[in-house]
Amino acid sequence: MSAAARDAQAAAPATAPAIRARGMSKRFGELQAVDRVDLTVPRACVYGFLGPNGSGKSTTIRMLCGLLTPSAGEIEVLGLKIPEQAEALRRRIGYMTQKFSLFEDLSVRENLEFLAAVQDIPKAAARTRIDALIEQYRFGDRQNQLAGTMSGGQKQRLALAGAVIHEPELLFLDEPTSAVDPESRRDFWEKLFELADAGTTLLVSTHYMDEAERCHRLAILDRGALVADGTPAELTGALQGRAVEVRAAQPRKAQRALVDLPGVLSVAQIGNDLRVLLADADTAEQGLTDALRAAGLEAEVAKAKPNLEDVFVAATRGQTPGAAAAREERA
Amino acid sequence: MKLRRLWAIVLKEVRQLRRDRITLAMIVMIPVGQLVLFGYAINLNPRGLTAAVADQAGTAASRALVMDMIATGVVRTVAHADTPQQLVGMLRRGEISVGIAVPPDFERRRVDGREVLQVMVDGSDTVVQSAAAQLAQTPVDSSAAAPRKTAPIGVVAFYNPQRRSPVNIVPGLIGVILTMTMVMFTSVAIVRERERGNMELLITTPVSRTELMIGKVLPYALIGLIQTTVVLLLGLWLFDVPVKGSVLDVYIAAVLLILANLALGLMISTKAGSQFQAMQMTVFILLPSILLSGFMFPYAGMPAPAQWLAEVLPMTHFLRLIRGVMLRGAGLLELWHDVAYLLGFIAVMMTLAVSRFRKRLD
Repeated sequence: MSAAARDAQAAAPATAPAIRARGMSKRFGELQAVDRVDLTVPRACVYGFLGPNGSGKSTTIRMLCGLLTPSAGEIEVLGLKIPEQAEALRRRIGYMTQKFSLFEDLSVRENLEFLAAVQDIPKAAARTRIDALIEQYRFGDRQNQLAGTMSGGQKQRLALAGAVIHEPELLFLDEPTSAVDPESRRDFWEKLFELADAGTTLLVSTHYMDEAERCHRLAILDRGALVADGTPAELTGALQGRAVEVRAAQPRKAQRALVDLPGVLSVAQIGNDLRVLLADADTAEQGLTDALRAAGLEAEVAKAKPNLEDVFVAATRGQTPGAAAAREERA
Repeated sequence: MKLRRLWAIVLKEVRQLRRDRITLAMIVMIPVGQLVLFGYAINLNPRGLTAAVADQAGTAASRALVMDMIATGVVRTVAHADTPQQLVGMLRRGEISVGIAVPPDFERRRVDGREVLQVMVDGSDTVVQSAAAQLAQTPVDSSAAAPRKTAPIGVVAFYNPQRRSPVNIVPGLIGVILTMTMVMFTSVAIVRERERGNMELLITTPVSRTELMIGKVLPYALIGLIQTTVVLLLGLWLFDVPVKGSVLDVYIAAVLLILANLALGLMISTKAGSQFQAMQMTVFILLPSILLSGFMFPYAGMPAPAQWLAEVLPMTHFLRLIRGVMLRGAGLLELWHDVAYLLGFIAVMMTLAVSRFRKRLD
């Protein structure tokens, strides 16, 4: 278990976590899609899954919903053993799939009516709930429009409305904003925080850094393994002093001069600047300046505030304490 | 199973179907198209084959015999010939399909009981050949009083004395159309939801497998009944095909086949990975249903392995039921073997389909 996860449990001993998984693994033939993931998700928070495509985010979510049977490990969601008690869990969770999975040839209202009925909401209550959702998710003037004719952002909003129609305790969202413009994304996240405020636990997967930054807590997945987890502040705080900004006249050349230096984890160009991630905070910027001068380049070197991208790079290169702990536990 | 959830699935299917103009059109176009195609074009008992007569005897009896043959309607004379050689020439040139040659010693042959007449046939078409074979069965003496040394075999066609194909084909066509559309619609309907990602959403809801399966097939069962009605009405109107038995029995038989095919479609949907595969498997079922069931070729004439295979197909049993009810006026109780088989088939397939369907992705 990572240090961050241990802290989370210590902080909230009264309520059991929404999700607890130990050694959760999934193998598809030769491919180890998810590799011994330990996970603790506290209630009423927005918990992020950050990772590149193919890092096992969707597979993990599907296992937690009971849609996929894990190859190994123990999963407990809302106090229910998964996959054994998956059927009982279905009434208590909402799941927003990565691909739009409502019916494109049904209207907004028809889709919601269908979902209300299959979620066992009594007829009268369903009508009130649907009216409220249509109002809240701003579908008032297009409730008779076919879902297939709407924009990406509108579809996502409808999918969210559909996923919460039965007011689930726990909501899984698999890359909910991957096909949505920035404006709609901001709007969408507002809705997620409203839900979290109302006591819903949300598990959101994403590959956007800015979205990950919004989460209360975060787990970073890489090639099926959980490499770091904690609050965004904890994760970036652990990298204090390791992020450096280099302003050089010829950034491409400077990048080549720095990339093979000992103690340099990565060098990425951001506009005219270079962002350098160091293996540890004690590595002096002086070394960088010297190397640049040796290559005949003028440059300004300054410490920078670490961000989640740095965390991600550091974690996927196996240099954070969290990841080291996770590896030890697996070994 | 909860009625509200089941009804939600049915309503959803109906709403989707209502917006799917092409499928909606196919529901009516398939029966109409097939009926016209099979009813008019495919005629296994040809009538009005082109013929010529060379009557070298020219007696009253020979003329009467030739007239009897023409009266069957199987042939119609389009040319005149004086000698059998001329007939052969006409046959070779394709001017006629059938030549009727009466030898000069017709009367003597008749008395001796020898071959009195020759029917020459363009044997390159087996259907024409078999039609001519019927022709050769025409009784030599129309007057029953005259003693016959050779008793020509009279073919008496019960239930379809005019040997009109539509009478045989229309009842069977109900089966073909139901097999084609029902299996295809259901198998594709479920696979499509899987392809579009709807299934991933559905299986995370409390909907049960049985609700999902039954809710999906019910609207199609209704479509099947509409198609049955279209074929029956068109059959009556265009081809004068009667329903000798009870109409209720016809619909019960149709419901049995509809359910059997829907269950089969569901079974396919649990196997097929894509809509294309579902279509392929449908054709795989459809072809033997048309060829082996007795719809096109008589069941009795097939080799034993083909008969075993035919026995498995719901279509074979339906065909026995529907021909029995519509053409012979039989009741379903008299045909209980086939009713029982269809019921068993439905139960087995439905159970298999539901148990094979998992609310899982793996």
